[in-house]
Amino acid sequence: MEISVIEFHLDAKSGLSPYLQLVQQVRHALRLGMLREGDQLPTVKEVVAQLAINANTVLKAYRELEHEGLVAARPGVGTFVTATLTDTSLAAHGPLRLELRRWLAKARRAGLDDESIEALFMTTFRTAAEEDIA
Amino acid sequence: MTSVLEAHGLGKRYGRRWALRECSIDIPAGHVVGLVGPNGAGKTTLLKLASGQLEPTTGGITVLGGRPAGGRAQLAKVGFVAQDTPVYAGLSVADHLRLGARLNLRWDAAMARERIARLGLAPAQRAGKLSGGQRAQLALTLGLAKRPELLILDEPVASLDPLARREFMQGLMEATVEHEFSVVLSSHLVSDLERVCDFLIVIVDSRVQVAGETDKLLATHYRLTGPRRDPDRLPADQHVISASHTERQSTYVIRTDAPIHDPAWTVTGLSLEDLVLAYMDRRTVENRRVALEVRR
Amino acid sequence: MIWLTWRQFRGAAAMTAAVLVVLAVALALTGPGLSSGYSTGIASCVQSDSCKNFYDQFFGTYQLPFLAVSLVVLLLPALVGLFWGAPLITRELEAGTHLLVWNQGITRARWLTVKLGLIGLVAMAATCLCGLAVTWWSSPLDKSAPEELALMAPLVFGARGIAPMGYAAFAFALGVTVGMLVRRTLPAMALTLAVFAALQLAMPLLVRPHLMPPVTGTFELSESNMDHFGIPRHGAGPPDIALKDAVPGDAGAWVLSNELLDPSGRPIAGAGQGAPIEVSTTSGPCAPSGGTGMDLCLVEINRLGYRQQATYQPLERFWPFQWIETGIYALLTAGLTWFSFWWIRRRLS
Repeated sequence: MEISVIEFHLDAKSGLSPYLQLVQQVRHALRLGMLREGDQLPTVKEVVAQLAINANTVLKAYRELEHEGLVAARPGVGTFVTATLTDTSLAAHGPLRLELRRWLAKARRAGLDDESIEALFMTTFRTAAEEDIA
Repeated sequence: MTSVLEAHGLGKRYGRRWALRECSIDIPAGHVVGLVGPNGAGKTTLLKLASGQLEPTTGGITVLGGRPAGGRAQLAKVGFVAQDTPVYAGLSVADHLRLGARLNLRWDAAMARERIARLGLAPAQRAGKLSGGQRAQLALTLGLAKRPELLILDEPVASLDPLARREFMQGLMEATVEHEFSVVLSSHLVSDLERVCDFLIVIVDSRVQVAGETDKLLATHYRLTGPRRDPDRLPADQHVISASHTERQSTYVIRTDAPIHDPAWTVTGLSLEDLVLAYMDRRTVENRRVALEVRR
Repeated sequence: MIWLTWRQFRGAAAMTAAVLVVLAVALALTGPGLSSGYSTGIASCVQSDSCKNFYDQFFGTYQLPFLAVSLVVLLLPALVGLFWGAPLITRELEAGTHLLVWNQGITRARWLTVKLGLIGLVAMAATCLCGLAVTWWSSPLDKSAPEELALMAPLVFGARGIAPMGYAAFAFALGVTVGMLVRRTLPAMALTLAVFAALQLAMPLLVRPHLMPPVTGTFELSESNMDHFGIPRHGAGPPDIALKDAVPGDAGAWVLSNELLDPSGRPIAGAGQGAPIEVSTTSGPCAPSGGTGMDLCLVEINRLGYRQQATYQPLERFWPFQWIETGIYALLTAGLTWFSFWWIRRRLS
């Protein structure tokens, strides 16, 4: 048997349902370039045996990924990555991270502690997202 | 879809005490069903009724369309792993597999051998010398190798350490993918069941409080927090599961199929554990009220 | 299921078999010697008319092994009930393994059938062989035993023939049933023993005497039914007679009641009690000075009309009684078995 490219894990305290955690982990791996087009995702049986979770949870996650066009199921063989999330955005990561660091340093100088920084970021992020939708 | 377990007005009484009453449920096939409730709530009674160990006092129960333990064909369809996973202390692991092969119409000898080998159990080992986790795995192997359509497990991991617990659940869940059977398992801890179950039955004080697919349960239960309000001023389609009040604030756990529009409430979803606790809490609140009334 | 039952039972079976084989070998080695000793003894005593002495001496020599083997056969059924019957179900209930085995592909009724059938048959076969072997071995001794240890005597009857088989079957079924009701091994064993012992006492005391209507007979007094016959010297009183529990002409009969009747037919003494006989001791055959000896005095007493009246079960009823008693225990066994099947289906879990 081929060794799986990625391994899933579940965080009980994340507040996210297990199936969403699986979806996120695949997306994350795609974004970081750990999963590439043509890679096989672990089979349902492997995930179930490893995490001791319900098979429907894995199926649901894979269906969601399929719906998003990221993976495709080949009956009798497995589920394979069909798209990638790295293409253009990965190049932009570096400069963006640099800018964010500068901003963080500025926030510290202004006297914000970790928790305040996080709260500020999250509220701004959420309002911006809502405005986008509107 | 067919039902694995159907009960109507099912009840079991020991002397004057009802261990289970007015239980009406319908579990569709293909699920891993979690039966959760405090110790002594009636979980074991329901499972024993389903496997035909007990006869109901009232009502009826059909399992996979047949009467529990109503003959060899029915026994072959239903597997049962009892509480504390009993095995014959004097018999070896190999003897247990032989027992299974001889006492069952259907017996997957290859699967049983393979499982035992993968678990690293020595066939000549006496079952009495096995650790709790190994014993549970042996009992599970017996339950799986008879290739049932429904496997019932009564608190299978209650006495196991966390690692053995996880290994047990891994084996069970892997088998459900491989052999496609329904599972009903009980626990007094939601955390044991949270990940593995896609159907949940909460049983408290010998009554079934709620039963349904976990996704649907999570999608129809909410926690409302807001200014203090009496329960009778909530909309009719919002069923209160539990409530707590301070002088100014009310917190409700409600069940509803309709969206919640009231802007006064902060609406949050519930984890499975919170949902189960809300149902357990409801019973204790009611009992407390009864006790107070009696005291007056 | 047979395999599982045997697998669980083989340890106990092997141990019992070992003990019984030792017993059987001992009996087989000593039996022929015992038998030939008896026949040569009889051959010589018939000529010298001293067979009573021979019986006493022969039985006295072997009394200890006689009692020992009889005790083994008497205890065997109780042991079967205690160690095979009572734990059969309770052991499963205590370990919870009944839940394991009842959820394999066989019905509870079949599980119980095989368990009861296989072990019950082994128990019956073992006690039956044991009973018959002891019956064969001790037959010379049974013929020479004193009346309180004769073949029909309560203690010996239960250790001979096929009755032990019936006891064993019953004790086993009793142990199983009590075990199902009590659900704990030790209390079940204690209760089984108590009930079985009570029944084994009640049977010879209350039931066995009435299996067939007993025979009542009136007999002349003779050496064979008198325990004691004395004439005080110098006319110090009347002669004194005590009966023993035997009837003339039916050696080995089981005497149920035994009375000495005076000439008017009034009972004047029971078994073992001495009773004065109103006969002249100053003159006539019973006068010490008459010098005529005891025999003529006894003739005189019989002539006066003193008699033994006994109610008894003759020795020839030994085998009919064995069959009847085994039948009774078989019926009790069947009843208990039926109950245990009903219970396992309805109530036990």
